[in-house]
Amino acid sequence: MIRADRKFLLALLAPAVLVLLVFIAAPITQSILLSFHRIIVGLPQLQNPFIGIENYQELLHDSVARHSFWVTIVFVTITTFSELFTGLLLALLINHRFPGRGSLRACVLVPWAIPTVVSAQMWRFLFNDSYGLINYMLFGNEVSQYVAWLAKPGTALFAIILADVWKTTSFAALLILAGLQIIPEELYQAARVDGAGVWRRFRHITWPLIRPSLLVALLFRTIDAFRVFDLAFVMTQGGPADATNVLQLYGYKKMFVEGWMGYGSAISVGVFVIVLILAVIYVRMVGRHLLEASL
Amino acid sequence: MTRGWLKKTGLVLGVTIAVAFSLVPFLLFVSSAFKTQTQVTAIPPTLWPSFSIDFFRSAVVRYGILGYLLNSVIVAGSTTLATIFLATLAGYALARLPRSWAYFSLLVILACAMFPQIAIVGPVWRFLRLMGWLNSYQGLVLPYVALTLPLAVWILALFFREMPAELEAAALVDGCSRIGALVRVIVPLSAPGLFTAAILTFIYAWNEFFLALLIVTDPVRQTMPVGIALFQGEHTVPWGEIAAASFITTAPLVVMVLLFQRRIVTGLSAGAIKG
Repeated sequence: MIRADRKFLLALLAPAVLVLLVFIAAPITQSILLSFHRIIVGLPQLQNPFIGIENYQELLHDSVARHSFWVTIVFVTITTFSELFTGLLLALLINHRFPGRGSLRACVLVPWAIPTVVSAQMWRFLFNDSYGLINYMLFGNEVSQYVAWLAKPGTALFAIILADVWKTTSFAALLILAGLQIIPEELYQAARVDGAGVWRRFRHITWPLIRPSLLVALLFRTIDAFRVFDLAFVMTQGGPADATNVLQLYGYKKMFVEGWMGYGSAISVGVFVIVLILAVIYVRMVGRHLLEASL
Repeated sequence: MTRGWLKKTGLVLGVTIAVAFSLVPFLLFVSSAFKTQTQVTAIPPTLWPSFSIDFFRSAVVRYGILGYLLNSVIVAGSTTLATIFLATLAGYALARLPRSWAYFSLLVILACAMFPQIAIVGPVWRFLRLMGWLNSYQGLVLPYVALTLPLAVWILALFFREMPAELEAAALVDGCSRIGALVRVIVPLSAPGLFTAAILTFIYAWNEFFLALLIVTDPVRQTMPVGIALFQGEHTVPWGEIAAASFITTAPLVVMVLLFQRRIVTGLSAGAIKG
């Protein structure tokens, strides 16, 4: 490579890097700085004093924040594992060769393409306490039995989990499918010749070979599940009794509804740190070589 | 013989469940858009709508849905154009730079894709307020470009890697400039990759809600997802109008998925494993 060419290529890279710097790298740095200040949006006369780690101390003693953390953990754990499990089943299904396979793939992609806000409204409608179809399917015409799903803490969280699983299972399935498709057919044929049944073929061929892509799907889904906002905002507004008050929603409320920019920034730094730790684990587990091989 | 039959039945059953799980909830919901007011909340539910278009009329006339739709088209369209332009340049650079450089840039770019939006949203909001860009199209498009760039750059870098460098060399010999070789030779050959990246970018920008909610508070500039989320009736939830708006928002995406599912799948898996 000639030197002038390298300059030219770096010049091509520059605009994209600039956009990422201004709208992602700088804001994250600034979020960290803001979290050490007291900033209240409606009260500029306070002049945003530096208060050290006070926001973080408050965060540790904030029972709503602690509750919100656990709600998010429950949400992330259950959704990720359900999505991977159903995603695996779906991927195994799509991996079969049969007529109409393309159409099936398109059908399962539809929930993924639907805006989250639309699917949130959809589930809110289906879970409605007086004319929702889920109540009708369970209790028929016995209206007195109908459950107010979104008004009870346990069932409201369940509803949001179901909505998320419905929407993103197909994404997990696609990632797993990519791993399935690189398994050579000969392996299965050889195992069949040796008399291995369906389960043993899965256990000894499929499972070890798709583990890397399962891992990728696991961490992609985990990181993404931490960002849950739209579903909770539309379906329950974080209620009832903060049962669905996930971290990103709580941070949003503090920053943009109550105007506590500094405190909200401390929350967002907290979320950021959790996701960062996960991302580091992700790169460790997947391995540098796999990332390098992909370019 | 029986084994084959068993397998076939299992397959049919699996496919039926997968399709029903994916499509039935959504069909039940959007069918409300074609019902009458009493049909929407009827128990037992009316499964077959009467294909009334009253809710669409009301969504347009009373709720001004077309304004939201226009904003969505402008925002998602501009985001796609800008992202693809920047990602073409950056992706090409990554594909041709020495491996170690490319690897480092890729890692940085990927790291950008993993951050939770909440970690950037406060400062971005303050920056946009400072520039006077809250409630403007560019106020939404610029952050969207930043958020969609990583995946687009990655997809395109993988794609350009497959193009032999001799192609450009030949174009240079023929008297093309360096940029000319990229624009006239590489870009046309990369149409499928560009298309994949464009679809994914468009879907992201079309569906995004969190930033749109914060940055644009003036209904005149709000996009469809915000409109759908904040729909308010006078006394009751206007389910028919919400379903109508949802139908309008989702229809283009469903058409895209049905037509281009192969491209979308390739693009998405490129985001995780080599495509």
